[in-house]
Amino acid sequence: MKLASKSVSAVEMVKEALRKAKAASEYNIFVNLTEERALARAEEIDAKILAGEEVGALAGVPYALKDNYLDLKTPTTASAKILEEFVSPLQATVVKKLEEAGAICIGKANMDAFGHGAFTENSAYGVTKNAIDKTRVAGGSSGGSAVAVALALDIVPFAIGSDTGGSARAPASFNGIVGVRPTFGAVSRYGVVAFASSTDTVGCLARDADDARLVMRVIAGEDARDSTSVNDVYYQPDTPRDISLDGQQLRIGLIASLLGEGVDAEVVARTKEYAEKMKQAGHEVGEVDLPMLQYAVPIYYVVTSAETASNLARYDGVRYGRDRKGDSFVAETRRRIVIGNYVLSAGFYDAYYIKAQKVRTLLIEEMREAFSRFDVLLTPTMPFVAPKIGEKAGDPLLGYLADLMTAPPALVGVPAISVPAGETAGGLPVGVQLIGWRGDDEKLLALAEQMENLTKEGVYKGGVA
Amino acid sequence: MKNNKYEMTIGIECHVQLATATKLFSGAKNDSREAVPNENASPIDWGLPGMLPVLNERAVELAARLGLALDAKINLASRFDRKHYFYPDLPSGFQRTQLYEPIIGEGLVELPSGGKVRVEHAHLEEDAGKLTHVGEKTLVDLNRAGTPLVEIVSMPDMHSAREAREYCQELQKLAIYSGASDADLYHGNMRFDVNISVAEPGAKKLGTRVEVKNINSFKAVERAVEYEFKRQVGLIEKGEKFGQETRGWDENKQKTVSQRSKEEAMDYRYMPEPDVPPVRLAEGFVDGVRAEMPVLHTVLRHEFLKIGLGEAVVETLLDNHGLALRMHEVVGETDAKTAKRVADWFSSVWLAAEVTSTEIPSVAQLLELAEMVAAGELSSTAAKEVLLKMSVGSPRAVAEKLQLLQVSDEGALEEMVERVLALPAAAKAVADVKAGEMKALGFLVGLVMKESKGQANPGKVQGIIKSKV
Repeated sequence: MKLASKSVSAVEMVKEALRKAKAASEYNIFVNLTEERALARAEEIDAKILAGEEVGALAGVPYALKDNYLDLKTPTTASAKILEEFVSPLQATVVKKLEEAGAICIGKANMDAFGHGAFTENSAYGVTKNAIDKTRVAGGSSGGSAVAVALALDIVPFAIGSDTGGSARAPASFNGIVGVRPTFGAVSRYGVVAFASSTDTVGCLARDADDARLVMRVIAGEDARDSTSVNDVYYQPDTPRDISLDGQQLRIGLIASLLGEGVDAEVVARTKEYAEKMKQAGHEVGEVDLPMLQYAVPIYYVVTSAETASNLARYDGVRYGRDRKGDSFVAETRRRIVIGNYVLSAGFYDAYYIKAQKVRTLLIEEMREAFSRFDVLLTPTMPFVAPKIGEKAGDPLLGYLADLMTAPPALVGVPAISVPAGETAGGLPVGVQLIGWRGDDEKLLALAEQMENLTKEGVYKGGVA
Repeated sequence: MKNNKYEMTIGIECHVQLATATKLFSGAKNDSREAVPNENASPIDWGLPGMLPVLNERAVELAARLGLALDAKINLASRFDRKHYFYPDLPSGFQRTQLYEPIIGEGLVELPSGGKVRVEHAHLEEDAGKLTHVGEKTLVDLNRAGTPLVEIVSMPDMHSAREAREYCQELQKLAIYSGASDADLYHGNMRFDVNISVAEPGAKKLGTRVEVKNINSFKAVERAVEYEFKRQVGLIEKGEKFGQETRGWDENKQKTVSQRSKEEAMDYRYMPEPDVPPVRLAEGFVDGVRAEMPVLHTVLRHEFLKIGLGEAVVETLLDNHGLALRMHEVVGETDAKTAKRVADWFSSVWLAAEVTSTEIPSVAQLLELAEMVAAGELSSTAAKEVLLKMSVGSPRAVAEKLQLLQVSDEGALEEMVERVLALPAAAKAVADVKAGEMKALGFLVGLVMKESKGQANPGKVQGIIKSKV
């Protein structure tokens, strides 16, 4: 992914990426292209290279940035009309770190408004189309980021998404790429438009585990501007790639209850095959039962709706150039504001919010216990492959249930990545989810890479050899 | 306050602005007395998307100090909650406060008049901005947004307007002496919400509670309580039922006015603040704060009374932090008699001259000055003049420059007395003194003093005249 050969300039790379982004406009990947700023940055990088100056680990590499990250003097809408006129005076820590590493943002990627959705159908700026099948959804909420990476046109090698309850993993799964949700706090949230503070994480989307790891290593680390951030989850960018797995045999726990009713047969089949392949790679695979998982989706929607109602209270119609009426918020955002305020209101707080937090604690304890017996947990990422655009739009509950597998790690604060696990007979990608305990991020990526290497192409295609 | 039929019960919530350099959760400057609107507001105070609060450690320290001053337990574990309401001066749509786990637990405030008021708890929170209404428009100033406050919540332990006022004044002194706050009422560093209820004495239940919010002077606290007592007694006498409500104090009309009833009370939808990790203090942290605790006025009050200063003088001194601290040093360096002389200078001379802007004389200067008076080198009147001018030099140098030193040299005085006694104007008085009319002695002393331009030591002069005549 590096500009190692120096046979192409950063300007050429950025121009190429912008040309492809425009050529792919029918996919509705970007809310805004940041062309001028990107080219100026590329010229700076080229000048540095020419002068023999130190350039970072991602020098000249173009990337897509989810539209909920602030960048200097750049519109940041979080795909919501209420922020249509907001131009950020600040830069998110993640964007700053990427800039220091030489990466160049070419545009702000489409998403479900404020992250409210699993399909990128809830954007105020239109649906983003799936990279493999244009009639299907991209997944969400980091849909634009995923398609920018996954599209055969090869627009950018990586993108920054965010993951509150599956927003990086779901679109990774639907588009056949890698999506990372780090340990909570491993990457600074400073400058990320908040959805739900206690589960918001900064994630990335990449074509393989190695690229994802490099990006995560660049953006991770404690930040004085985010009191919940921590150090030492990821290694430094120049650390050797396979350091954390080191030939060891891992105990893999396949969560059996997530392979039953309501999960597509082909998704189940691909997941079981992936588990089989893990055995062949020398790991030990067993089944694990986590009864509290059945409450994960209800807890998730109580807690994150409460937090989003609170975080979105600042869009009160006084600032940001718009009032709260009309299309300022999409229907799903309004729904979650109402749910959130309801569960926090006097008389309901104990019955909903407090109870949800208590059950969340039980879920955390149950998962902690599971990790005393297993190193990594394995599930499908999504219960189904990418649905047709509009297919699930009528019933919000269908969308919420899509978070069945991705919500638990979010509530517990543990890392989880979605990696490709082959495809359906119809050629649609299936993703599986690898879950680790807090701080196990590098281990998950090393495992994913080991699995990729079992195939000639270096990308796991499914099937058992 | 009582009339024979009714007793009043008062509880007070007091907001104290902490004297930190920056705000509770942002790096913006805290002191905006000299600032233009919105100069001291950062993107965190604006509540911009993506901004995260970072707790100011100094605010935690000062809150702990105030807690110790309140003789309260410092809770090693506390946390913040979000309190939601929509108002243009609250850009995030919520205020960060500590509803469930405050940093300061139960405490006690002893009033100079002998009463005791228990503190239920005190918590850290951030202030909102300020709105100014100009015709049709409303201007928003966020300089105050995010300012660290400690809200001190008392138990309903007060029963008169005087006690209420006294309690507020004690809080102000605790805040100032502990160094937690400038506690400047004029600049809104302290604000009081006073809860008042009226019931028959000995009644099992308190009467209906009425809260008078946002009072910003001691006098207004007293007046508001008096007014509410009369108003509520009036309603009870008339047999009118009234519900819980929030009222405001109208300074111009000197009365309380209704703002909202309990039915209109807001639902704040409290929620734990997920962006600020829970506060966990080490035992050593509290010990450190205790070790750095400046001397409190309660200690000084005891000390000053013990050396025999009158209550009024003591309270006057305590009202002036700098003078009280200097007095404390003086007491430590000298005897009670000298200390009393200095106390008298401070309370009757220094304060009367309104020289508060100039530097308070050092202990060394004060003791030298007192010694000069004791040694007869300076009259007590002259000493007062020197006191106010000591910023330019030692008392002796100032006295010399102003030609205020008393002449006590026997030889010089004798010479002067002889010269005066020889004057024709003295003749009659000399004769009178000789005849035993001692009133005339005073006249002769006066003549000598005049001759010396006030610098002769009158005691010595009198002795010399006696011996000569």
